[in-house]
Amino acid sequence: MTRHVVIVGAGPAGLAAATAAVRAGAQVTLLDAADQAGGQYHRMPLDTYETKRPRILERCDWWPGGAVWALERHDERRPPRVHVISGPDGGTRRRHVLEPDALVLAPGAHDRTLPFPGWELPGVFTAGAAQALAKGEGVAVGDRVLVAGSGPFLLPVAASLLAVGSHVTAVLEANPAATVLRGWTQSPWRLAAQAGKAAELAAYAALLARRRVPYRTGRAVIEARGDGRVEEAVTARLRADWSVVAGSERTTAVDALCVTHGFSPQLELPVAAGCALRDGFVLVDEDQATSSTGVYAAGEVTGIAGAPAARAEGVVAGWVAGGGSPARLRTVRRRRDEGRTFAVRLAAAHPIGRRWSGWLRPDTLVCRCEETDYGTLCRTADVSARAVRLATRAGLGPCQARICGPTLAELLDTNPHDRPIISPIRLGELANPPEEKESTP
Amino acid sequence: MRPIRISLDGDPLTGSDGQTIAGLLLAAGLRSWRRAPSGAPRGVFCGIGVCFDCLVTVNGVRDVRACRSRARDGDVVTTQSRAEAP
Ligand SMILES: Cc1cc2nc3c(=O)[nH]c(=O)nc-3n(C[C@H](O)[C@H](O)[C@H](O)COP(=O)(O)OP(=O)(O)OC[C@H]3O[C@@H](n4cnc5c(N)ncnc54)[C@H](O)[C@@H]3O)c2cc1C
Ligand code: FES
Repeated sequence: MTRHVVIVGAGPAGLAAATAAVRAGAQVTLLDAADQAGGQYHRMPLDTYETKRPRILERCDWWPGGAVWALERHDERRPPRVHVISGPDGGTRRRHVLEPDALVLAPGAHDRTLPFPGWELPGVFTAGAAQALAKGEGVAVGDRVLVAGSGPFLLPVAASLLAVGSHVTAVLEANPAATVLRGWTQSPWRLAAQAGKAAELAAYAALLARRRVPYRTGRAVIEARGDGRVEEAVTARLRADWSVVAGSERTTAVDALCVTHGFSPQLELPVAAGCALRDGFVLVDEDQATSSTGVYAAGEVTGIAGAPAARAEGVVAGWVAGGGSPARLRTVRRRRDEGRTFAVRLAAAHPIGRRWSGWLRPDTLVCRCEETDYGTLCRTADVSARAVRLATRAGLGPCQARICGPTLAELLDTNPHDRPIISPIRLGELANPPEEKESTP
Repeated sequence: MRPIRISLDGDPLTGSDGQTIAGLLLAAGLRSWRRAPSGAPRGVFCGIGVCFDCLVTVNGVRDVRACRSRARDGDVVTTQSRAEAP
């Protein structure tokens, strides 16, 4: 019988996995909660998408708008059952249950933004939000925009903002130049290997220089101010450990602020599948297999290394999940390993400094949903993590701690990714029985 | 792209086909449309369906993420407040 492979996430990793699994001879179901394939990297306006749809979608069972809301472990020798809800939210959605022979998880990552005073003001966005709106819909989040945080991702975001007509006042990298340079130049011969990514970043840097957008290192946004919406940003110089240099504060008038300090992998699905983690990412072997039988992982859930690395991992995962022989993978494995090296260097060049919490004030919100402030958390933090959550409701709001989870984990020492329900589902939908797995949504 | 019309709390707004509700509201100049438990205004934060700051009611269905839902011609969108939620 043909192997049935279910792939969750149609970003660079999931699309590459689908192509490889089909090539290996498997029957493939590719799911994405979004109605467009491409993930975060290949986001584009709907009309452009209609002419540029990836060709693999014709050769597999493609379920746009198919969100996996639960994984059910029913037999330790097999991958879990996949519970899917499909259709537009607010419209008619249908439930399905899939029982694949192999499962590839490629759900990607989302921005990690550390809290700072005023970050809840409208007009403060993650850098990813600005990117998604600019790339996907041509919408500029503001006219005068400051981009800040850490990592090379800030560069394409500034470029996209310029492309939709925003004035970008500056791009601020929180790490000092010494940290960034040490990380990037540690092993120059390895940098050359990731030439694709390096050339892309160089092009962004050249664009910013041409448009006279200053790129400053060792400077961060430590406060957003405004009445009902952001009107100004307070920036300050940081030391290598991200402690604020007193007296270095400056204010800039802005109508939007885009801040991202790194990425958090979307670990809900791997955790629900029982996959072991290491250093906050899914642990995978040479073949992208996780510790759970028949479950593979690819892309940013295994490490933050950009789209080329995600693609290479997807090829390996899809091919092996589809029953292909791992011996045939030498070249792509090398590319995958280069991607992993790149991830390590990226983490070294753009770490989150240990002393960032120095810019928090007692009334700074940590949990945006429940509006729990830092002062309240500190007062309750000497009791158990569970007690803190129940007493302050931090991490118990609608986002289920996706935003504040890593921060709370740092403060309270808990696992931020254990959620019984991965994607929101309404009670009425839960009450309906799932439809037959053969029916396409 | 084809123009579409939606309403927000009864006020008509225009946008174009393919836009998300959040994209349409931002392009129309709005920055916030939801209220947090304290009554503080909220709009888009993450833009990709993670933070739940952008929730709206669409054609009577509560808690729809505006950043993840495409606007459809004739959509009746109403703002939500957690301050009044049961
Ligand atoms: C908002 C944002 C914008 C970005 N833009 C860029 C950019 O312009 N340039 C760049 O170099 N890098 C960008 N990145 C970095 C980006 O994450 C990687 O370069 C690349 O897209 C990672 O590929 P991936 O396949 O691992 O994951 P993604 O591209 O993130 O794809 C994962 C897919 O899985 C789907 N998914 C997740 N959970 C579920 C579920 N439960 N059920 C069904 N589907 C699910 C998601 O809808 C998504 O489409 C961006 C990141 C973010 C968060
Ligand atoms: S803006 Fe975060 S969920 Fe919509």
